Amino acid sequence: MTPALEVEGVAFAYPDGHQALFGVSFAIQRGERVALLGPNGAGKTTLVLQCNGVLMPGAGRVVVTGLPVATEHLKEIRRRVGIVFQDPDDQLFMPTVAEDVAFGPANLGLRGAELETRVKAALAAVGMEEHAGRPPHHLSFGQRRRVAVATVLAMEPDILILDEPSSNLDPASRRELAEIVTGLDVTILMVTHDLPYALQLCPRALVMNGGAITADGTTAELLADAELLAANRLELPFGFDPAALRAR
Amino acid sequence: MGAGHAHPLYLPGTSPLHRARPQCKIAASLLFVLAVVATPREAFWAFGLYAVALAGVATVGRVPLTLLARRLVIELPFLLFAVFLPFVGQGERVEVLGVPMAVGGLWGAWNIVAKGTLGVAASAIVAATTPVAELLRGLERLRLPKLLVTIAGFMVRYADVIADEVRRMRIARISRGHDPRWIWQARAVAASAGTLFIRSYERGERVYLAMVSRGYAGAMPVLEDLGATRAQWLAALCLPAMAALVAATAWGVRP
Repeated sequence: MTPALEVEGVAFAYPDGHQALFGVSFAIQRGERVALLGPNGAGKTTLVLQCNGVLMPGAGRVVVTGLPVATEHLKEIRRRVGIVFQDPDDQLFMPTVAEDVAFGPANLGLRGAELETRVKAALAAVGMEEHAGRPPHHLSFGQRRRVAVATVLAMEPDILILDEPSSNLDPASRRELAEIVTGLDVTILMVTHDLPYALQLCPRALVMNGGAITADGTTAELLADAELLAANRLELPFGFDPAALRAR
Repeated sequence: MGAGHAHPLYLPGTSPLHRARPQCKIAASLLFVLAVVATPREAFWAFGLYAVALAGVATVGRVPLTLLARRLVIELPFLLFAVFLPFVGQGERVEVLGVPMAVGGLWGAWNIVAKGTLGVAASAIVAATTPVAELLRGLERLRLPKLLVTIAGFMVRYADVIADEVRRMRIARISRGHDPRWIWQARAVAASAGTLFIRSYERGERVYLAMVSRGYAGAMPVLEDLGATRAQWLAALCLPAMAALVAATAWGVRP
């Protein structure tokens, strides 16, 4: 079976010469939920932007469900890869929630009843149907994050990439988002340094540091490895017992 | 976080005026204002008719006249200028309550007050019965360049976000003991403005990135056809047609 996302030896340097990625390789199978863990500046966001062709690798290649990321089919790549960015205010810019959710599928050429069905289904998936007509800035931060997820779900992506989904959320919004994410029938790559959230949502994790993948395994095992965490500037929150992880 | 009210002028409702197509309302108010401006200032009766017609439209739109009166306050700075005209005007003078005033200046002041008030009232009615999002779509239907409408839309969307950032930066400044009272203390404020500019610029880049990631290729998709029927246009053009007739009559009966 073709993997949902295949990254092979991807290296990338920014125009100013700063090298952000040094030969990153991994594959994510369909239906998997994988966490991408790493400290600030590890190259996580740079890697994410390679996946939908916003940035093009200097070496190596990225393949999304069998289709390589290349300029000639960027439109299809951007349908297949849905990215939910960290700040919902960056993602939501249309006057109403419904129009914002419709923006992606409309760019794919959908119109009329078909478009409406997509918008309704995506808003229903995140429990925001009753807010369809409201302007995004009247919503709470947690609600805006959920709408941001819906804007991407409406494009029916093959893989959903969440960039720091739990940042700035209160505990209740955090749990609600977790419930939504676990209820989705889609491959997920979750970029985060919120280790308990990764453990809760993703059976598998990749650890990234200094522009390279430094570990790949089950989340519980990786988080129980104190040396590995320390070497990659990752830390469990105070009071979190790594021994309890092994028992899971 | 920025959960302010984006439509402070909008009065939610379901009146026929609320349901009218935004492009019809915008075009009708613009034409109405043109007719009012073209009316000779000596025709007091014409301005009375205009005011009565506007009050009628406001009633149809369930916009309370007291509210409309309060919103007219926005034109006060312009009226202040008009108040000076009779005093500084040259030429023939008359005594009003013992104060000598220029006749030309009085006419000029009346002209500004009457026409300005009617214009502001007309746009206040449109603003009270049309949400901002619909106004933007109406402008698009009226063939205003799409780029301008898109920019206006972004401005409306991000005004709150940026105002919120300004507020947070100010609180952070005064929390560190900043208490600007004199002009030479403005340095920190200026530095904040610079930071805000950079931040907004960077946000613009991130918004663009998020748009591109959802398939944006340079043109905003047209989501629904908000075309107006001939009947809707006819209904909307009743007011400006009546105003044009009044203006023409006023010129006709002019001594």
